[in-house]
Amino acid sequence: MRYAMAIDTKKCVGCSDCVVACQTENNVPIGHCRDWIVEITDGTYPELEIEIRSERCNHCENSPCVRCCPTGASHYEDGGIVVVTPNKCIGCGACITSCPYDARYPHPDGYVDKCTFCMHRVKKGQQPACVSVCPTKCMYFGDLDDANSEVSQILKKRKYKTLIPEAGTKPHVFYLI
Amino acid sequence: MREEIITSGRMNPHIDPHLAIWHWHIPLYLFLGGLAAGIMFFASLYTILGKENKFRGAVKRAPIIVPFLLIIGLTALFFDLKHKLYFWQLYTIIRIQSPMSWGAWTLMAITPLSMVWVAINIKEFFPKWDWKFFILKELDKFFTKYRVYLAWVILYFSVILGIYTGILFSAFNARPLWNTSILGPLFLTSGLSAAAAVIILFSKRQKERINFAKIDIMLIGIELFLIIHMFMGFLASTQVQIEAAQLFLGGPYTAPFWIFVVIIGMILPAILEFLELRKFHIPAIIPVILVLFGSLMLRFIISYAGQLSRWLY
Repeated sequence: MRYAMAIDTKKCVGCSDCVVACQTENNVPIGHCRDWIVEITDGTYPELEIEIRSERCNHCENSPCVRCCPTGASHYEDGGIVVVTPNKCIGCGACITSCPYDARYPHPDGYVDKCTFCMHRVKKGQQPACVSVCPTKCMYFGDLDDANSEVSQILKKRKYKTLIPEAGTKPHVFYLI
Repeated sequence: MREEIITSGRMNPHIDPHLAIWHWHIPLYLFLGGLAAGIMFFASLYTILGKENKFRGAVKRAPIIVPFLLIIGLTALFFDLKHKLYFWQLYTIIRIQSPMSWGAWTLMAITPLSMVWVAINIKEFFPKWDWKFFILKELDKFFTKYRVYLAWVILYFSVILGIYTGILFSAFNARPLWNTSILGPLFLTSGLSAAAAVIILFSKRQKERINFAKIDIMLIGIELFLIIHMFMGFLASTQVQIEAAQLFLGGPYTAPFWIFVVIIGMILPAILEFLELRKFHIPAIIPVILVLFGSLMLRFIISYAGQLSRWLY
């Protein structure tokens, strides 16, 4: 089982609903976020292109954060979800420094926090909070090993990219382009 | 003109607008750890070579500061942790892939070993020292008898500690400035150079001082060579590393790096030490302080500049 997410950059309008849903669902401290919106404007005026992305931890297959964690607090859960065990985390910041996506942050309580793909919901068979609230239905979540899952199906049909593939992290969040 | 504007809604403290997760604690520790590793390296090396009496400054005198350096460094590291009460989790597991893990274990080994080293050489400073308890006297005898074996163990751990201070940074591919394997040897050389300078201060014999001044000049030469290689590597690498090098070649860290680290911390003390060898009278403390300052600044600048360098996407 390999959980993954596909996000349609052609459908995302950058409404930040996913951000608010995550903050509410996961009790993310005020002033922090586990997911966020990035808007990229590229080109020569007036020929401009806009890409809007909802970003989060990429739950990389080759995670630098898991590799560098000195205590094993950062680890892979079933399905390749990268999570932090707060009671094992010493707050050294190595994982934060190691993430090319800057997807982690120090929680005010001391440990390091990040997106968990809403593991507590996924275990119950539910979708991550961000996916379930998206008003444009631009996010797809599921198991890459299951050829019939929504995420596998959409990745078969559409062109996609991952962020900074050259960092060698093998991200599990795909952006449909 | 083609332009790209990236707007991000993320504003996490310590992460945005640029990474600022490691402050003064880490570079201070890297400096103290590197210096301690260097001193223990020379102490154990000259013991193994059987030159303890010729190089008393290196073998018996300078190591007295090592436990203090390590304890101050470890305290700084502890203050850097954000989940302090869980620090003991470091010692529940050995994670080979994590430089921080084997660094923690190396410190666990070398700190008590350096204390043993100071203890067996304590009579150098306090000739009338008497271990009041029988067991301590026996331990003193035991370690003094097997000090060459002890030196071998310390030699290995000191090299690991010295290199680890650089590898801690170079293992992070997310920070292009740090992601160069030159940092390990560079920090090791810098630590050895700082140690040679401190030994000059502790030494009482002119011949030993001359020896370590020569060693220091050689080490500074190696450091300059490694720095040039580091920039050659960056400039011949990917765009993100070219941009990382630009931080020092016209960017915000150009003046601090080249003036404080290279000129004041390396070239100037090397010239002063060279003049000393040519019998010019220069107070020994001046080049020593300059080398230590350069070594400290090298860690501070690499630490802060590395957090500025990043992948672009």
